[in-house]
Amino acid sequence: MSNAAGNVRSERPATRRALIAVAIGFLALFLLSPLVVVFVEAFAKGFGAFAAVFADSEALAAIGLTLLVAAITVPANVVFGLAAAWAIAKFSFPGKSLLITLIDLPFSVSPVVAGLVYVLVFGAQGLFGDWLVAHDMQIVFAVPGIVLATIFVTFPFVARELIPLMQEQGSVEEEAALTLGASGPRAFLTVTLPNVKWALLYGVLLCNARAMGEFGAVSVVSGHIRGLTNTIPLQVEILYNEYNSVAAFALAALLASLALVTLGLKTLLEWRHGDALKTHGRH
Amino acid sequence: MTLSPAAKAPWRFKAASVLPGFGPAFGFTLLYLSLVVLFPLSVLVWRASGLGFSGLYQVATEPRVAAGLSTTFTISFAAAVIDAVFGLIVAWVLTRYEFPGRGLLDAAVDLPFALPTAVAGISLASLYGPNGFFGAPLAALGIKVAFTRLGILVALIFVGLPFIVRTVQPILLELEPELEEAAATLGASRARTIWRVMLPPLAPAVLTGFALAFARAVGEYGSVIFIAGNIAYVSEIAPLLIVVKLEQYDYAGATGIATIMLAISFAALLAINLVQAWSRKRFGHV
Amino acid sequence: MAVTEAIHGTAIRIAGVEQDFGSYPALRDVSLDIAAGELVALLGPSGSGKTTLLRVIAGLNTADRGAVFFGAENATRLSVQERRVGFVFQNYALFKHMTVARNIAFGLEARPRASRPSRQAIAARVEELLDLVQLEGLGSRFPAQLSGGQRQRVALARALAIEPRVLLLDEPFGALDARVRKDLRRWLREIHKRTGLTTVFVTHDQDEAMELADRVVVLNQGRIEQVGAPAELYDHPASPFVLSFVGEAVALPVTVTGGHVALAGRELHVDPHGVRDGAARVFFRPADITIAAPGGGSLEGRVEALRRTPSGVRATIAIDGSDQRLEIDQDLSAGAELGDKVPLTLSNARIFAYGDGVFEDAGEGI
Repeated sequence: MSNAAGNVRSERPATRRALIAVAIGFLALFLLSPLVVVFVEAFAKGFGAFAAVFADSEALAAIGLTLLVAAITVPANVVFGLAAAWAIAKFSFPGKSLLITLIDLPFSVSPVVAGLVYVLVFGAQGLFGDWLVAHDMQIVFAVPGIVLATIFVTFPFVARELIPLMQEQGSVEEEAALTLGASGPRAFLTVTLPNVKWALLYGVLLCNARAMGEFGAVSVVSGHIRGLTNTIPLQVEILYNEYNSVAAFALAALLASLALVTLGLKTLLEWRHGDALKTHGRH
Repeated sequence: MTLSPAAKAPWRFKAASVLPGFGPAFGFTLLYLSLVVLFPLSVLVWRASGLGFSGLYQVATEPRVAAGLSTTFTISFAAAVIDAVFGLIVAWVLTRYEFPGRGLLDAAVDLPFALPTAVAGISLASLYGPNGFFGAPLAALGIKVAFTRLGILVALIFVGLPFIVRTVQPILLELEPELEEAAATLGASRARTIWRVMLPPLAPAVLTGFALAFARAVGEYGSVIFIAGNIAYVSEIAPLLIVVKLEQYDYAGATGIATIMLAISFAALLAINLVQAWSRKRFGHV
Repeated sequence: MAVTEAIHGTAIRIAGVEQDFGSYPALRDVSLDIAAGELVALLGPSGSGKTTLLRVIAGLNTADRGAVFFGAENATRLSVQERRVGFVFQNYALFKHMTVARNIAFGLEARPRASRPSRQAIAARVEELLDLVQLEGLGSRFPAQLSGGQRQRVALARALAIEPRVLLLDEPFGALDARVRKDLRRWLREIHKRTGLTTVFVTHDQDEAMELADRVVVLNQGRIEQVGAPAELYDHPASPFVLSFVGEAVALPVTVTGGHVALAGRELHVDPHGVRDGAARVFFRPADITIAAPGGGSLEGRVEALRRTPSGVRATIAIDGSDQRLEIDQDLSAGAELGDKVPLTLSNARIFAYGDGVFEDAGEGI
């Protein structure tokens, strides 16, 4: 039983190696192989076939729609995140934890349910169904519905990064700015924002990745109208179901690359500005 | 000059503060929340209440729905259990050992969070399909993964793993080295030290991760529907059934299933909070 | 075996122990003999190596060179588990998820089946130890529900449960507030008397070391400066470091010429004890310098400031021949005025050669 090495805090080398093997094996099997497959399948018929996918008008429409949705969703959620964080972190009022729980709500809801609720409100048999038809407006099965569903699913991301950080920072600096004569907006722009810039960027990254990749919620509200209401993930589904494997995986590879870039930037941010982020393993 | 006695301050919603902008910020926040979340969700609740318990029961006991719910909950549970065991090992290895590629692997744990569900879905379907890289050799062994419940299990394992790893890692990092040293001075072998001194404090984190993984798995859609094959009574998941009902304009049925799923998710999250609160009270740490 | 019977503790011998952390020498050629049943303090500032030495005795660190003996047995090769040392950590390291009773029982339950006492025996021993540390009835509490002082006592009971050969404590009272610390110090001495265990504890607080220990080991930068009973350290410090670390000290520059010591030209009647000619320093404690009767004294100074204290007057005096300022307390009746030149007498002064290491924080500064 002699462990004369004196290092009490480690397992035997054999045990360690075994555990490392198990961990790497499990990760490779369940996490890494799907990622690899995306690119293998995308280039299965060569680079030419891969590139041709992006010349297809439906694919381009999907890409365009995805970008549009993200372009609306992310800024909207940033404004929301800043407003919510400002109210929660700098002021004292009852019901704060309730408010924070509500902000976290979308994380506990299945994306399909998220889509469902909008159908229930704006769908043909929904709450406003008749009114919408009468005014010749379409929310579900059209772009507005997609935007709404995407906002639902992604708005917590920015807020969740900002709120704990701003709570920790308190209001001393803003108060100091006020005593020096700055107006509220000026204090916000020159004191608050710079203090949270990395957390804001982090939140934007996550929000954007999710907005572009959301599938379940958008699938329910979109109506799958080719060329009109298909985002990239939906187009991937259509192509895959048509056995157009290369096209499906080519678009999927686009999204996967976005995921990798997001992960890379995220890791970089955590590494460089970890203390400014105050992330505690929450998602 | 006389000073009148101080009048009792009137109750204010927000404590007095010199910082401006509370009104607009709070107002906008509430407005956004209401429009995007609260109002639509309340419509769901209203619809659900229209069903009543009897209506819910009717939906839940339709044979196809019952099968779908059972499939969803049992496989989500199994996946969360497997994730708990292996997630613990992965967290342990990533936190306590040094080896080449560790940083990369650590970043890779976040893949299921970052990768869009549809992408994961078609990849898994391809991997485990009859001609897939894993599917083919497994088929030769007589094991079919795609279009079976096993496929759903694989997909949900993928989806839930980061929850366990990321909740356990910070706790593991904070574990005082002195605890292990103390156990050693008291004569405990390494195995006993790990089993009795290091793992118990990790239990609340593992439980939390488990509940999060379970709740996520129950609602998962995109990663699962491709590999599952969606064979009625065999490999249909509850979220898919909601979509099916919607396509049939059976809003009531869709609402019913959604309500049941929401109830289970909330119960899981409530359980997490209770576990955490209890453990904090008993043991004095998170 | 009742824990209150005197267990004849084991002697500890440390021979030539050295440990480097990378290129940083934490312990340099440390040798020490501790008699069975002694209560010894390892005293020194941070970085002195005292905790490293304690951990080497416990086996938590492995020395690069040298050996540790428990009695006649060479313990250097033994693992931590095999050494049977009781170790009390600075922050207690209690197992928060176990009750007090389970914590104390841990070491006994960890024994291999063959030598493990029965469940009843373990329970009985836990009760005994709870009594010894005055925590009767608290066995089913969790550490989170105890105060700092109580946790420390649980840590001690847990270490004693395994019938250790020696008891090691790492800054045991550092994390507690002053009042609790005083009580626990007294109480540790009692426990030591009752158990008769060889006990070694690490501290940076010289009051604590002097109050508790039979002998004190003063460490500085990995080396032992002096070992001795508290009185010995006070009265016969072996180096400027010991003098300045244990109690306050003042140092003034002097010149040694042929056995005579002079400060600012005036002869100090102090024996240089073999310090060679040249620049040197005279060390004394602040209490050892007083205002002499007019015409007497070996030093001169000038009163720079006066202020009242509850019982008299405190004079700040600049000493001729150095830029030192000292504070000297006097009765109200003494008539010193601002600006007065006053004679000063020195007692208990010691000469050390210039360049000997001194503890930076010494009294009025060097």
